[in-house]
Amino acid sequence: MLVIWSFIIYKAIMCVAVFAVSLAIAAYSTWWERKFAGWLQDRYGPKRAGPFGLFQPLADGGKLFFKEEIIPNVSNKFLFILGPSLVMITALMTGAVIPWGRPLHLNNGDIFALQITDLNIGFLYLLGVVSVGVYGIMIGGWASNNKYALLGAIRASSQMISYEVAMGLAVIALVISSGGSLSLTDIYESQGDGGLANVCWQPLGFIIFFVCALAETNRAPFDLPECEAELVGGYHTEYSSMKLGLFLFAEYINMFISSAIMAGVYFGGYNMPEWFENLYRSHVSLDTFAIIGMACYVTKIFIFISVFMWIRWTIPRFRYDQLMNLGWKILIPLSLLNLALTVGVEFLRGNITI
Amino acid sequence: MQLTNRRKVVSDKKQTVMEQLYLPGLLKGMLITGSHLFKKRATVDYPDEKRPIAPIYRGLHVLKRDDNGAERCTSCGMCAVACPAEAITMESGERKKGEEHLYREEKYAKIYEINMLRCIFCGLCEEACPKEAIFLTDRLVDAEYERDDFIYGKDKLVEKMDQRIDVTKRQTPEVLEFKKIKGLKHNELHDPKKLKDKH
Ligand code: SF4
Ligand code: SF4
Repeated sequence: MLVIWSFIIYKAIMCVAVFAVSLAIAAYSTWWERKFAGWLQDRYGPKRAGPFGLFQPLADGGKLFFKEEIIPNVSNKFLFILGPSLVMITALMTGAVIPWGRPLHLNNGDIFALQITDLNIGFLYLLGVVSVGVYGIMIGGWASNNKYALLGAIRASSQMISYEVAMGLAVIALVISSGGSLSLTDIYESQGDGGLANVCWQPLGFIIFFVCALAETNRAPFDLPECEAELVGGYHTEYSSMKLGLFLFAEYINMFISSAIMAGVYFGGYNMPEWFENLYRSHVSLDTFAIIGMACYVTKIFIFISVFMWIRWTIPRFRYDQLMNLGWKILIPLSLLNLALTVGVEFLRGNITI
Repeated sequence: MQLTNRRKVVSDKKQTVMEQLYLPGLLKGMLITGSHLFKKRATVDYPDEKRPIAPIYRGLHVLKRDDNGAERCTSCGMCAVACPAEAITMESGERKKGEEHLYREEKYAKIYEINMLRCIFCGLCEEACPKEAIFLTDRLVDAEYERDDFIYGKDKLVEKMDQRIDVTKRQTPEVLEFKKIKGLKHNELHDPKKLKDKH
């Protein structure tokens, strides 16, 4: 009985922590994005609210809450509210299967896993939940009863469908080369203890995954669904106040989660190269070691988020036909090729047999 | 005429393989934007840091008083006539006995208003003034919430005796000389050459 209770409490703590951290990181991603964009453009970025503009996200959030909430009277009210909620919920759900670090050992002998749940089909769960996210955009855009919103929603869904194929194929190749398990913990662990990071075996797969992740999170250069030049605001044209905030927030959470996934499955997550780990491994306790690993993971995630932003502030948006061409004519054949190559390499390495 | 040396002729030639790959181009672009992380900012951090402005910058006007504290303006209207933006309006009044310490001339401006939204800060009012009464200074017009607040009356324009505004940089002997030869009607009397021509 006690075991079950402590289990529930640990998991509850973990859920709340992941929830809070996701929200906090999303909020501060907006700050970092504006700051980083400012630097890239020889500007300051936000700097008046608090030191270095650090209170800017709070000010923005407060502003969004106090703005007038408009629900168009020709819209379907239930769906109109469901849209942003669904986007936000799915964005937050994805964090559940990601292992944030090696388990910690508590004083009373319990093991505190830094992961909400270790699903044996973790990766499949991720892909599934992410693709439910697009329903939120579709429902929101459709319920707005506005042609621009509808067009944005259609773009979002077709873009998601096109890029999910390539992403799925890249994931299959990745799973084959990292030992055949869909559990994220297994994939992370396969890169630890002297193993190479997956990106060394899957460079092409990584590039494909990265491009698809950009497209799935609706980030530039694939942010056609919210293309303000053509579609006013895209799927969130009719949204105001915090419902708009949820859409924008969800984008940043998605960015954070996909950075976490890429940093984890391709770059080892909390694992570092062996020579680096050997520098401190023998000097610190197991828990400190786990925490250092977590810090490394966070650094990697941060770098990925910054690269996302860096790309956004460098290149212009694709045209719609270019987007579709890239997805169907280039990425999917490439990922098939990658899959074939992976199978060949793994066969030669003796990891798979006929 | 070539205005810039960075002009590129547009062409629709086929892309090379390198260009079609897109990634090298993307990396190049990212290096360019990334290099800006280490460049000097173009922003002037305004309220904390102000750009240097010239001592004869043409900003907010001042209506000068003379050394005894009497207003110099005689409400002649030359400034309003000269103003290309028609920003100045005034209403004259006659100086009563005992007001000599307030107004230098027998006629003075009861109301003197400049609409700062119309003003283009050209300085022609200053140039036209025969009494050296109006000057543009290096102060800025404040931001306001209401349009009406931009119509500055005498309360804001006339200088305070305890905070006199230095215009010596604008009122150099050269400037005074320049104003004399400008062929303005009211300057004719001061201009010996013109005077001679007339007689
Ligand atoms: S500065 Fe020019 S525009 Fe402004 S009040 Fe004087 S004459 Fe008119
Ligand atoms: S020109 Fe000079 S003296 Fe005449 S009204 Fe204008 S400010 Fe007064």
